[in-house]
Amino acid sequence: MATVTLPTPLMTSPEPGHEERLLEISMGPQHPSTHGVFRMNVVLDGERVVRLKPVFGYLHRNHEKIAENETYLGSMPYTDRLDYICSLTNNWGYALAVEKLAGITVPERAEYLRVITAELTRLLNHAALLGFLLQDMGASGTPLMYAFREREKILDLFESLTGARMMCNYMRFGGCRVDTPAGWLDQARKVVADFPRFLDEFEKLLVTNEILMERTQGVGVLSRELAISSAISGPMARASGLNYDIRKVDGYGIYPRFSFRVPLGSHGDIYDRYMIRFLEMRESLKILEQALREIPDGPIIDPKSKPRGFRPKPGECYGRIEGPKGELGFYLISDGSPNPYRYRVRPPSLINLTVLEDLCLGHNVADVVVILGSVDIVLGEVDR
Amino acid sequence: MDLASIQSELEASVPGCRLQVIENPAPCAQHSLLVDAEHAVLVATYLRDFLHFDYCSNVTGVDWLPKELSEKIKVKKTVDGPNGPEEKEVDEVRKTSVPGYMEVVYHLFSTTDRTGPLPLRMRTPNRDLTRESLTIPSLTPVWRSCEFQEREVYDLFGIHFDGHPDLRRLLMWDEFTDHPMRRDYVDPDDYEYEPTAHDEVLARLRQHYSTAGGPAFPQGGGQ
Repeated sequence: MATVTLPTPLMTSPEPGHEERLLEISMGPQHPSTHGVFRMNVVLDGERVVRLKPVFGYLHRNHEKIAENETYLGSMPYTDRLDYICSLTNNWGYALAVEKLAGITVPERAEYLRVITAELTRLLNHAALLGFLLQDMGASGTPLMYAFREREKILDLFESLTGARMMCNYMRFGGCRVDTPAGWLDQARKVVADFPRFLDEFEKLLVTNEILMERTQGVGVLSRELAISSAISGPMARASGLNYDIRKVDGYGIYPRFSFRVPLGSHGDIYDRYMIRFLEMRESLKILEQALREIPDGPIIDPKSKPRGFRPKPGECYGRIEGPKGELGFYLISDGSPNPYRYRVRPPSLINLTVLEDLCLGHNVADVVVILGSVDIVLGEVDR
Repeated sequence: MDLASIQSELEASVPGCRLQVIENPAPCAQHSLLVDAEHAVLVATYLRDFLHFDYCSNVTGVDWLPKELSEKIKVKKTVDGPNGPEEKEVDEVRKTSVPGYMEVVYHLFSTTDRTGPLPLRMRTPNRDLTRESLTIPSLTPVWRSCEFQEREVYDLFGIHFDGHPDLRRLLMWDEFTDHPMRRDYVDPDDYEYEPTAHDEVLARLRQHYSTAGGPAFPQGGGQ
């Protein structure tokens, strides 16, 4: 029986008495490179990492328990706070799970709006990630400012559509909350048309940069087998060559209508994870162009649907979407009451961190920061 | 491959395993497979190696409280009528109590066949908070992705995973004793409670200061 092996800590010593010189340091929880309150207990042999144990829970507020004491709709604003960079995809994941549980259909225009907002979210998440990753590598400030300049344009779109920049609370079961204001779609088309300029500029400056390649190529390699076994999802899995994009596999929403490709990496190192985000943004732009061209008129939610007093019939459902960070799943059990009996979030960031130790062993402590950055975590979702 | 054929193939290949299909009445119709604890690791390995369920996406626990079911039944009884004892149909309420249990659900997918989800369930005999009744085998040796998620289930539900390489609390701090996702969890009055100088603490303090050779007890409200 083949079993999975956990990483063996590299505690071997080339000379006797060497163990005494191992240094255990606690990186975090208040460390700028950990992207939030997250701690790693790292054991170092000189600069080399010989053991790494992540410590979670600093931002734990038991979101699942709170949701069990709340109505179905009452949890919708709270899903914004999971992965607070990408609130719209969180909304969609939750709405999708509830719609599957209760058998609700979504009008055409709402499906298009969901795809548009979700792909815009993917753009802003990946843009922000690239900025943060370069910041972690020591390219202080400038790349991050370039990325945030673009992110700001998308946040402006979100603000005029939903009323909030980050905590959008936009989806409803069976549709969306509000329709687009006048001129919004034209503005979105303009942002989408301008976005490739930023990508070209960023790629020109920071793709063949020698220092960047030196820091990232061959560092933190994740094999395809380990990625499957550890249920790594999203860009991180695809950088390791695993062809698994839930937009293609499940074809949820109206994604089968759009033509786009799934970029794959072949090495699984940080550089591949970095590049895959560029390529995914280009594919997202293709989807956005098609969706913004084809979006029909019509209702955004069934006018007869009643959001209050919503009680799905007893049963359970696991619904998932391809979030910018990976597979975002919601598992709901209904017992026929207005509150879910069980509400579970499958957090992609937490599960992608399963292999953090495997990626870091044998590398320098400075690489830990970059490897963690390339995993792309948001602690609001890791700890929930 | 539908669930019934998966079940029959597993029963043929893993001798002695007891499987049961749990129907899901929701429109999505994700029916699940309940597996007994003794054969769970073998069943999981078979699912991974031969039925291509290589991707264990989601692991979570569910706490099912004991339920009281009451149903109305008609019972024939001899009752005293005007013409002596006679048989009559009488309505009676029969109450049956279903014991509670804890459940762990694994959502399996296949990256090669692109199928799923297959929810795989395991149940404990009851939900008493003891190690004997809340132990089920860990599936981390089969799917590495269970490592953190089983730690989370252990932390929040109190279910022990036998064979887990590193079973520690994940989200709550190590000194915490309860399991907050259990349905009967009562949260403390004040998470921030710290003993301050009142009552017992003050009495201990007084005792400390009054020992011979100790400093004089500081009197408040003056120099």
